[in-house]
Amino acid sequence: MSEVSTTNAPAGIGHGHDETSMGVDSRKLGLWAFIGSETLFFAALIVTYLIFKPVNEARPENQLPHEFLAINFTAGLAAILLASSLTMVLSIAAIRQNNQRMFRIWLGATIGLGLMFLGGQVYEFYHLYAEGLTLGSSLLGSTFFVLTGFHGTHVAIGVVWLSMIMWRGLKRGYSANDHMDVELGGMYWHFVDLVWVAVFTLIYLLP
Amino acid sequence: MATIERPVQRPVSVPKAVTEPTGWLSWFSTVDHKKIGIMYLVSAFIFFVIGGIEALLMRLQLATPNGTLLSPDAYNQLMTMHGTTMVFLAVMPLNVGLGNYLVPLMIGARDMAFPRLNALSIWLFILGGLMLYSSFALGGAPNAGWFAYAPLTETAYSPTHGMDYWILGLTLTGVASIAGAVNFIVTILNMRAPGMRLNRMPLFVWAQMVTSFIIIFAFPSLTVAQVFLLFDRNFGTRFFLADQGGDPMLWLHLFWFFGHPEVYILVLPVFGMISEILPTFSRKPIFGYAFIAYSTVAIGFLGFLVWAHHMFGTGLGPMVNAFFSGASMLIAIPTGVKIFNWIGTLYGGSLQLKTAMYFALGFISMFVIGGISGITLASPPVDLQQTDTYYVVAHFHYVLFGGAIFGIFAGAFYWFPKMSGRYLNETMGKIQFWLLLISFNVTFGPMHELGTQGMPRRIYTYQPGMGWDFWNLVETVASFGIAIAVALFMWNVVVSLRSGQRAPADPWDGSTLEWATASPPPVYNFAKIPRVHSRRPLWDSKYPEMEVSHSQGTRPMKRKEVAALDTGDQDQALFDPSTIHLPAPTFGPLWVSLGICVVFYGILYLVDSNYLSVIAVVAGLGLFAFGVTSWLRSADRDSAGAH
Repeated sequence: MSEVSTTNAPAGIGHGHDETSMGVDSRKLGLWAFIGSETLFFAALIVTYLIFKPVNEARPENQLPHEFLAINFTAGLAAILLASSLTMVLSIAAIRQNNQRMFRIWLGATIGLGLMFLGGQVYEFYHLYAEGLTLGSSLLGSTFFVLTGFHGTHVAIGVVWLSMIMWRGLKRGYSANDHMDVELGGMYWHFVDLVWVAVFTLIYLLP
Repeated sequence: MATIERPVQRPVSVPKAVTEPTGWLSWFSTVDHKKIGIMYLVSAFIFFVIGGIEALLMRLQLATPNGTLLSPDAYNQLMTMHGTTMVFLAVMPLNVGLGNYLVPLMIGARDMAFPRLNALSIWLFILGGLMLYSSFALGGAPNAGWFAYAPLTETAYSPTHGMDYWILGLTLTGVASIAGAVNFIVTILNMRAPGMRLNRMPLFVWAQMVTSFIIIFAFPSLTVAQVFLLFDRNFGTRFFLADQGGDPMLWLHLFWFFGHPEVYILVLPVFGMISEILPTFSRKPIFGYAFIAYSTVAIGFLGFLVWAHHMFGTGLGPMVNAFFSGASMLIAIPTGVKIFNWIGTLYGGSLQLKTAMYFALGFISMFVIGGISGITLASPPVDLQQTDTYYVVAHFHYVLFGGAIFGIFAGAFYWFPKMSGRYLNETMGKIQFWLLLISFNVTFGPMHELGTQGMPRRIYTYQPGMGWDFWNLVETVASFGIAIAVALFMWNVVVSLRSGQRAPADPWDGSTLEWATASPPPVYNFAKIPRVHSRRPLWDSKYPEMEVSHSQGTRPMKRKEVAALDTGDQDQALFDPSTIHLPAPTFGPLWVSLGICVVFYGILYLVDSNYLSVIAVVAGLGLFAFGVTSWLRSADRDSAGAH
């Protein structure tokens, strides 16, 4: 859902002055509200997984997480995604100092790491399907794929979003005074990473 | 308490209009909050009428025992679509429409914070509604109830694509609601005119803000439930399939965690409207502004803690029942005190019984009846007796029709002059009110009795000799009175738009900022953004000698300062509206929402016709991408023009 990102109304439009009532950029405030909404979305998905976890174990056709999910591999994925948050921070820091070159390098690195994560997830899904864990094979399959699939979709949207920022950065250029697009993309990106921290901890690490 | 006499109308500045592109195409590209508000109101009213026709067909079927007008399947489809339509496509968007039109005016802004996102919301709402209704022509409408209880909604019991249309159509309107709520939150928090502190905002704005917060936190739960159901039906998962380890109770929890806050989403904005209308026609300030504002917030919080009272019948256990019963009764306190706030506002006022006031008073009395039957239902033993009977049907129609719809009619009569520049006909309005009040009560009042006698809801017919025949026939006859009243309102709108009495800028002598500009307002709303010094900026400037604010914090500091509610009077001669920068119209949001809609049709038929569906998804994404680029181009042009 990238409609928030594409809303480019200048803050306090038509007011004749650029200040907003709260002193926060309107688009930033809107994105915070949207992230609040997304938090509830992922909370519902995660809670469903946790509710069905014991039910899955008690079923005759149970499939247990630790038999299927490769922790070492996904720990690598988690490291990649966390690293991408760091490069995102570095990218924003660079544009704040008007350092165009480093801004592009770090943003490119973020996009690259995001793509690596997605590639890893596609590989993982493919692998799991080959081993017999599918959407329909057990409660684990149903809850796991819907939750991680929606997270992956959010990562994919984030990659597209950051790519658009990259493209617009090359085309019209951002500067130390004008980089709200980058900050917003970064906020969303950190949120998606944070969700992965919760997913990784609760689904892969919990026994 | 002092009541105030109305002085000679002070002419309010009406700057020359800016030439705007007109014609029907302008409606498809508009980003003006007032036009979008009217689009919401008109489309939601059309859905309201369709939902009403569905209700009349059901009433005709139930008029006599063993009715044969509708097949069981047709009845189920109509029942599902009636509920879904009234909740998601009528009452909610009617509130959003009024909010869209009024909130920027009330807080002294020129538009919503995100005008293009606003356009996206209206198009997603309209397309979602159309997608839902397209199911009638494409294999059958959803038929498992608006609450869509699993496992009835699973493929084994609902084999047509109806439920898939319900899921995906409502997801479209859900995205529209979340986008709209984000827009309202940012607009209200960030776009207020100088001096318009949170504690000075009109109560309608407070209500819209709380409602928006409820929307962003409640809708994700519905979306997740719908995603699970979509996957169960189409992609082989087992979330709600008890025989495979799934749990239908999960649907109930997710759905009602959304569903109960939804009740407040429907009714809180109406509370706000009533809180604007009563003071104007009582000629005195609202009684207990702070209580109404903060109790709205309290209701917003408590609304998330009562969802399981919809599930007493499922056997949750005494502890759970006790908690949710207590929480439900607790919520009656902030709601009940509001009733006293409104009565306190009326008390000692010099009441002007205009049609809007009639409907506002009708709202209070009908809502009290619905509230009292709600308190009885909050008690588990009573609920176990009454659940799934017509008593429940009576209860929520008193709240949502006697409450919300009466209040929305009050709002329509109150703000129609602002939107159109003409009054609605008062005589016709009062006839409509009495007809609606009587036929509403005769339609839904006896349902309390029928429910207590054990008549179950959601049935397409019943046997003779159950003692239900008489009241069912009476209800059916009376329901046509409601239809005539609604038709009368439509006639009133049409006639008044053509030849109604011209309304001035401030026809009711109101106290809030929307009355400070012309009727209808110019596209830029205010020539000069007004400065606000109290909760009732317009009364302060019209009646500088009267003390209309009671609390210390909001008392105007200096009379001189107060009198100068600056709506641009002095600068008018020098004012050139073309210097005001407003966002340009764009088709971007329309393309984006059409793209999403095409993708959703693709998903819906993914299992049936793989090949075509994938093409649809890809084409939809292409349209989406095209829409985003045209949106961004327009946004860039605007920010370039603003600097």
